[in-house]
Amino acid sequence: MASVDVYDANELMDRSSLEQLQLQRLRWSIEQAGRSPHYNKVFSESGIAPDSVRSLGDVRRLPFTEKQDLRNNYPYGLLAVPNEEVVRMHHSSGTTGMAIAVFHTPGDIGRWADLVARCLYLVGMRKEDVFQNMMSYGLFTGGLGLHYGAEKLGAFVIPTGAGNSRRQIQFMQIFETTAIHIIPSYALALLATFEEMGVDPRSLSLRFAVGGAEPYSEGMRERLQDAWGIPFYNCYGLSEMQGPGVAFECPEQQGLHVWEDSYLAEIVDPETGEPVADGQEGELVLTTLTREAMPLLRYRTRDLSSFISEPCSCGRTHRRLSRIQGRADDMFIVRGVNIFPLQIERVLMSMPEVGHNYLIVIDRDGYVDRLTVRVELTAETFQGDLAQLRSLQERLTDALREEILVRPRVELVEPGTIPRQEGKAIRVVDERELGGKER
Amino acid sequence: MIQQLAIFSENKPGRLERITDALTQANVNIRAIHVASLGDMGVIKLVVDRPDDAYKALGAPAAVRKIPCVAVRVRDRPGALHEVTRVLSQAGINIENASGFAVSRSEAILILEVADVLAAERILAQAEFSTLDEGEFEAAVA
Repeated sequence: MASVDVYDANELMDRSSLEQLQLQRLRWSIEQAGRSPHYNKVFSESGIAPDSVRSLGDVRRLPFTEKQDLRNNYPYGLLAVPNEEVVRMHHSSGTTGMAIAVFHTPGDIGRWADLVARCLYLVGMRKEDVFQNMMSYGLFTGGLGLHYGAEKLGAFVIPTGAGNSRRQIQFMQIFETTAIHIIPSYALALLATFEEMGVDPRSLSLRFAVGGAEPYSEGMRERLQDAWGIPFYNCYGLSEMQGPGVAFECPEQQGLHVWEDSYLAEIVDPETGEPVADGQEGELVLTTLTREAMPLLRYRTRDLSSFISEPCSCGRTHRRLSRIQGRADDMFIVRGVNIFPLQIERVLMSMPEVGHNYLIVIDRDGYVDRLTVRVELTAETFQGDLAQLRSLQERLTDALREEILVRPRVELVEPGTIPRQEGKAIRVVDERELGGKER
Repeated sequence: MIQQLAIFSENKPGRLERITDALTQANVNIRAIHVASLGDMGVIKLVVDRPDDAYKALGAPAAVRKIPCVAVRVRDRPGALHEVTRVLSQAGINIENASGFAVSRSEAILILEVADVLAAERILAQAEFSTLDEGEFEAAVA
């Protein structure tokens, strides 16, 4: 273990020193949070004295912070520093009443960059690398977050942002890009552009990709790794917690190390809010430990995951989170059954006849919910007869039924006919509100 | 042996039109067409004068497959198809799909989809039918 090459010595801290550091930082963070109007009110109304937290377990005495608290306190109710200390804001795309603003001091920006640098170093980025950041810049955290981290490492950063697919590929060729940061569904969409341009992504100088901003299944990752010829590493983050870099996958690709010197992570039962047993799935709850401008205590991420407590063979001591199984917000209910889009994706990606792109449509047939899964047939697997299509349709229907407990209608459509997107993919269209409800 | 094209196509207005448009642009002549559909899905089978050009014209990202077929020349008169089917059924060969068209006043070409094209051609040749290769087929339908 002694010779593990890390960006920050904290990555190798033994558990008890790490927990000591967490407690010390937690106490600071609670005190800092109390400087914001919102937490000041929470502490005085609930009668919780910030200095009564004497162990990490005591954090459970604090109430959760919900997304709605951020909305209700928009814009400055959670700000814990004078406005003039703020150097940057990130902002959700939500409309009025739903919007969330997150503020940063210079120290916050610096620590964020360090965390992202740690993540990128972990998967092999060094100053010699050419990093093409294909994530949107601006109010969204994906672009600037990785940009600052990669610059901190001294890499050559190309801030292309998302979109303009041909130019993305030309840049990869001209500047011999070695690493990219990309939304997985855009990485799929780009494959069509590679084909149009007659360029094989495997022939470029690329070494690895960082995939972020949307959950995707392991099957989808395998397809991406195969088509691009490089590993795709998962990055986890949310703008409320800073953005990307909260947790990151090491080359083992077995879960994401959550940076416990910067965040206190809990996994709770989404219904009761009680902690679940180690290894069991629940909602990830995060407390910032170092953030000055906008500390958040016990923030309910609405992301579902579980702890992997076994030590990782990479040598880092920070616990791993299992791959995010989906956002609670992504879940939809059909005929009373809870379904996550990723469950459907897992089934689809296990069948080579099914293309990378798919669409889930929910509507109503009279008073009954109807679930349609639309998939593209891959051109290479087409045998030329209807019997094959019918059998594929049946196999898909059965496999999906088994996974989601609802029998979907499976529509096989021609290759390339489901629209591709340059941003986060829209995989689910729920037409129930527009249809039959009040008619 | 000749190549027939099978194209996966959704059973929706405009889909066939897109195919015929691509073939018109490529100046490909369609000699026979067969559409099979099941619900929203369909498979369109085409016998054309120049299958390679048609295949390119339909090209990516469409799902197109070349299917080897027997092309057999028959007299265009009552009983001609029967003679062919009798020879094949005696040899235990099942015809999965068939189409045909006249090429002159006295002659027609039958297109047969069978599991083993070479075996069917051998048996038809023994019964003194003339089967066509791609070049002969192209010349015959030109």
